[in-house]
Amino acid sequence: MHLNCHCVQEMLNIPDDKEVIALVGNPNVGKSVIFNKLTGRYVEVSNYPGTTVDVNYGFYKDYVIVDTPGVYGISSFNDEEIVTRDIVLSTQKIINVVDSVHLDRDLFLTQQLIDYQKEVIVVLNMVDEVEKNNIKIDIEKLKEILGVEVIATSASKGLGIDKLKEAIDKNLFKKGRITPNLEKILESEGKKFSCETLVEAENVFSSSVSELQEKIYALRRGYVDEIFNKTVKFDTKKLEFKNKLSQVLINPLTGIPILFATLYIMYYFMGVLVAQRLVDFTMNTVMGEYYLGFIKGIVEKFVSNAFLEKIIVGNYGILSMFPIIFLGLLFPLVVAFHLFMSILEDSGYLPRIAALVDRVFNKIGLNGRAIIPIILGFGCVTMATMTTRILGSKRERLITMFLLGLTIPCSAQLGIISGLISRLGFWYLVAYILIIGFIFGLVGRILNKIIKGESTSLFIDLPTLRIPQPSNVLKKTYYKSKGFLVEAFPIFVAATLVLGFLDATNLLHAIENFAQPVVTGFLKLPKQITEVFILSIIRRDYGAAGLVTIPTTKGQMFVALVTTTLFVPCITSFAMMTKENGLKYSVFVWISSAVIAILVGGVLANIML
Amino acid sequence: MTLDMISKDQEVIIKSIKSKTARVYALRFGINEGSKVKCVAKINNGPIILRKNHQEIAIGNGLAKQIEVETKK
Repeated sequence: MHLNCHCVQEMLNIPDDKEVIALVGNPNVGKSVIFNKLTGRYVEVSNYPGTTVDVNYGFYKDYVIVDTPGVYGISSFNDEEIVTRDIVLSTQKIINVVDSVHLDRDLFLTQQLIDYQKEVIVVLNMVDEVEKNNIKIDIEKLKEILGVEVIATSASKGLGIDKLKEAIDKNLFKKGRITPNLEKILESEGKKFSCETLVEAENVFSSSVSELQEKIYALRRGYVDEIFNKTVKFDTKKLEFKNKLSQVLINPLTGIPILFATLYIMYYFMGVLVAQRLVDFTMNTVMGEYYLGFIKGIVEKFVSNAFLEKIIVGNYGILSMFPIIFLGLLFPLVVAFHLFMSILEDSGYLPRIAALVDRVFNKIGLNGRAIIPIILGFGCVTMATMTTRILGSKRERLITMFLLGLTIPCSAQLGIISGLISRLGFWYLVAYILIIGFIFGLVGRILNKIIKGESTSLFIDLPTLRIPQPSNVLKKTYYKSKGFLVEAFPIFVAATLVLGFLDATNLLHAIENFAQPVVTGFLKLPKQITEVFILSIIRRDYGAAGLVTIPTTKGQMFVALVTTTLFVPCITSFAMMTKENGLKYSVFVWISSAVIAILVGGVLANIML
Repeated sequence: MTLDMISKDQEVIIKSIKSKTARVYALRFGINEGSKVKCVAKINNGPIILRKNHQEIAIGNGLAKQIEVETKK
């Protein structure tokens, strides 16, 4: 299997008249900051086909700079690695960013790139942290041993960027010194050393591990440790504050309260500040009063047909309900969510949450890593479904996807729920969390029993904690929110048209009457809640938005919130689940969710109402 | 003894890692057979947080049981 240069450029829509430089490095080494400093404000984002991975690229003089996802090595263990692998193998010039504090880890990738005979410039980033940690690096010696240019930077402070630019301008990209004895290992297998044979010997295109690969890795690891020992001196006794903070976050005694505090801040920010105060202004005042009055006035002038008018500016109109909800409600919530998530992601806190919840997650057949798709699910369940690929086994993926579809409300839905619950009162919030948490645990345990196979164990790197960079956070928020809204737009339009049509033709009433025994009889909810369920089938956040406008008692609102949270996954996540695991599985999840939701809701209704 | 049995602040040398995939992952993180590591945090029946130089790694209980270690003398 081989990729040529233009194949990747085509896949990412990168103009092919300019030479590509790939920016490659481990996760959390400050690659994006370097990328921003090199390329300036104008950045293009492409989704790599078949993955959730977005690749940024920008321009520096006559070059296209491609920012690759952070990886620990060139291989195919997850989507990020596959994307980076393809870009690296089709590019000759590489800027390899390494974290000065974690050189022993990072130089493995550096040496791998050198062994692949790429033309490399190594950027020794975060040199300012080196001093704080009492580490001394002999840069000249490192340069000599690696055989490539090494440039020290502190990108977040803007130090060393000029030198990096100068090195690019002078074309100081060089092939370095190959790991000693590597050629011998290949020869002993009857292979002549070249980039292609090495890539093949290292099993780069496979997600499994071969013996030869392990042999080469061990050789390279030994050599990298040797380089590290020759060039880096440090005092192990001096622990920096960050390491203590790291332990405070992981120790359950302190870590669990901090986790709850973080979630509470998120709830307060999304549910109270944004979902209530801001949305009250954007949805009710700006859109609901000014915009609606304006558009109704115009449409009434030009459209005389009552049916058409209903479809355009009626209760479910394409120019009334749709923009009011999309711009007035969803837009602020989606941006708020991604802002919060970007801060969490950039700080290095997420892997520590994974370590903290690992023990509990083991009980439902998962390891702590599964918290990552679950947290992402609070943004978009569909995307999270795809992200379950980072999990180590099929079994873990099946369990996580089920729990995502059943129990996790997604960004705008979460915001709306937070907003509605904060109006009900604190104890309703506690009850809501306990009920959803209980269902999560119970269903997880059942799935753990019935799904065959074995789960993998937690094995993750805990990156250095750092204060998120505002420019990075804002950029991430912008691209994530934009991507989400662009994707949601057509589905929203379609859902509105369906609902508007059902309303205008009175079919909505017929469905409401049909569902009456369940909705008003068993769940004891107002008849209009049926609309919420119909919308939820298409998109959960759209369904939740419906709850805002329907008058209910406190108890009814609570039952409705629990039931709609557990109700079926939206159409796009259903499609994604089908794509990942087949129709049988997704239909199973869909029906189970509907049944569980109605059962739990019914039980609650009969206790409370 | 196995890695899950060590206590906080204890320093050990990795003797062997059973799973091939875990071995390859560990090699990339900077840990191989013979590496000196320190346990900086431990959750009972849960993951063990190891530190080698400035690198911290969380290892789940199940995997820790498959890693043979030797106490440093």
